[in-house]
Amino acid sequence: MSTAGEARPASALAIAGAVRRGERRAAEVVDGYLEAIGRREGDVHAFNTLMDDQARRAADLIDRRVEAGEDPGPLAGVPVALKDNLCTRGVLTTCSSRILEGWLPPYDATVVERLGLAGAIAIGKTNLDEFAMGSSTENSAFGPTRNPHDLTRVPGGSSGGSAAAVAAGFAPLALGSDTGGSIRQPAALCGVVGIKPTYGRVSRYGLIAFASSLDQIGPLAPTVADAAALLEVIAGHDPLDSTSVAEPSPGLVERLGDGVEGLGIGVVAELMGEGVDPDVRRRVEAAAEVLAGAGAKVEEASVPAVAYGLSAYYLIAPAEASSNLARYDGVRYGLRVDAPTTGAMNVATRTAGFGAEVKRRIMLGTYALSAGYYDAYYGKAQRVRTLIVRDFAAAYQSFDLLLSPTAPTTAFPLGAKAADPLTMYLSDVCTIPSNLAGDPAVSVPFGAGDDGLPIGVQVLAPALAEVTMLRAAAVLENAMVDGGEAR
Amino acid sequence: MGVVAPRITSDAVAYVAGLARLELTGEELERFTVQLAAVLDHAADVEALDVGDVEPTAHPLALVNVLRDDVPRAGLERDEVLAAAPSVEDDRFRVPPVLGT
Repeated sequence: MSTAGEARPASALAIAGAVRRGERRAAEVVDGYLEAIGRREGDVHAFNTLMDDQARRAADLIDRRVEAGEDPGPLAGVPVALKDNLCTRGVLTTCSSRILEGWLPPYDATVVERLGLAGAIAIGKTNLDEFAMGSSTENSAFGPTRNPHDLTRVPGGSSGGSAAAVAAGFAPLALGSDTGGSIRQPAALCGVVGIKPTYGRVSRYGLIAFASSLDQIGPLAPTVADAAALLEVIAGHDPLDSTSVAEPSPGLVERLGDGVEGLGIGVVAELMGEGVDPDVRRRVEAAAEVLAGAGAKVEEASVPAVAYGLSAYYLIAPAEASSNLARYDGVRYGLRVDAPTTGAMNVATRTAGFGAEVKRRIMLGTYALSAGYYDAYYGKAQRVRTLIVRDFAAAYQSFDLLLSPTAPTTAFPLGAKAADPLTMYLSDVCTIPSNLAGDPAVSVPFGAGDDGLPIGVQVLAPALAEVTMLRAAAVLENAMVDGGEAR
Repeated sequence: MGVVAPRITSDAVAYVAGLARLELTGEELERFTVQLAAVLDHAADVEALDVGDVEPTAHPLALVNVLRDDVPRAGLERDEVLAAAPSVEDDRFRVPPVLGT
């Protein structure tokens, strides 16, 4: 069993620099990662589909452009693993569901297109909890992904394949999606950096919808700088997503060294109590000390309504999901189970195509939206969402950033929470509030627990304050790299 | 001021499955009833809150209608879209009879 904080894999930015200068061939970079995948993918199962042929062709193209004196872009020759709920034209996109098995999207997601324009190379589609519903990547129709740090443990979820791919050195960068913590929680459990950007910062065009008012695409990477570089490439307004924010995206990497001197940082009291393991709590306290040592003013903060986040989320997200997943009817794409009438075909297709967790959430959402219960459940949850937005706004009157655990525990054993959905849902208690508020948050690896497995701490920021948030993340990362902060 | 919401029954779960176009086995019906009741029990903290005077939030952004210029633009490739469908006839999606059996 390996532990957190081992030798760092090659930086994506270093790879791109070498490829752009003609010092390293993209083809050789891709082959190196494909070899790493070949060695351990059988154990880890990070990928649903490997794009080896496409990646080799794309690498050749990059190398020819460099030879011709062109600059292929800021991520030239850098392999990127894509969560399998991001549409890739002509490449299987399954959401780890039988209902989309065999489907070839007729278009690329905006983020996939932007990666291509930046010279990055898609290397494969990563496993996830079916339709991103889960916190362990066990709810996949194609079998679970395992944590590269300990193969008996889950990688977290739902972007578990992307987190495991980065942690195992299968790709220097990955994209995930985060509806209630699905980038940050697996990043924490796998010991990598994961960013959920501000809602609207990254186009959702081509991200297969789970809960549209909460979903956001973001990067996973070994380092803060690599994650920031990937976010720079994918962020920005997109006319194809009417909820993408018009505001131009700031440069992130150039600001990472600015430090936290003079910033006010609050440790969220409501996310440090019952249910959070003591070793996780200790790491958050250690992170607070590091930030204080770097000149930030660190105090306890109170965001009372986050205590209701989990309940509100598990009414709102399923409600939106029940509506979004109504489109899987066996007519236009994916699975069809034949039956004598269209109505019977719809039922037979959905019954055969969806797994248990997806069915549970569709039913929970349908119930929360149904006549007689709408006001008591969905309506009430939306009002509680307002309280959460208000309480965060109030906290940000006093603080620039907030700090909390990312997940209440380290990676848990496969199967440990499979039988009890509510216990599984509790894994997301610290990450859900940011999605409800639409604010950005990042998980940074910050040492290990008593079991030797990675622990992540979460830095939360107000909407569009990614620069400040990542400055604090960089300070925490440096403290670990310098070794001044024992794990 | 609590809202009275009866604990979910297996009849209600069966009804909801029908609305969601899902068919449950007897075992699934039993299991889902217990599991959904547990989640709804957890949501009792939200139910118990008096938030009648709080406006609901449906979305983190203040959404405005977004319009583009009324200029024709290429859509998806028809053949590629139809190739992904389970059944097609004369450039259309084909489905079983919609009415009766």
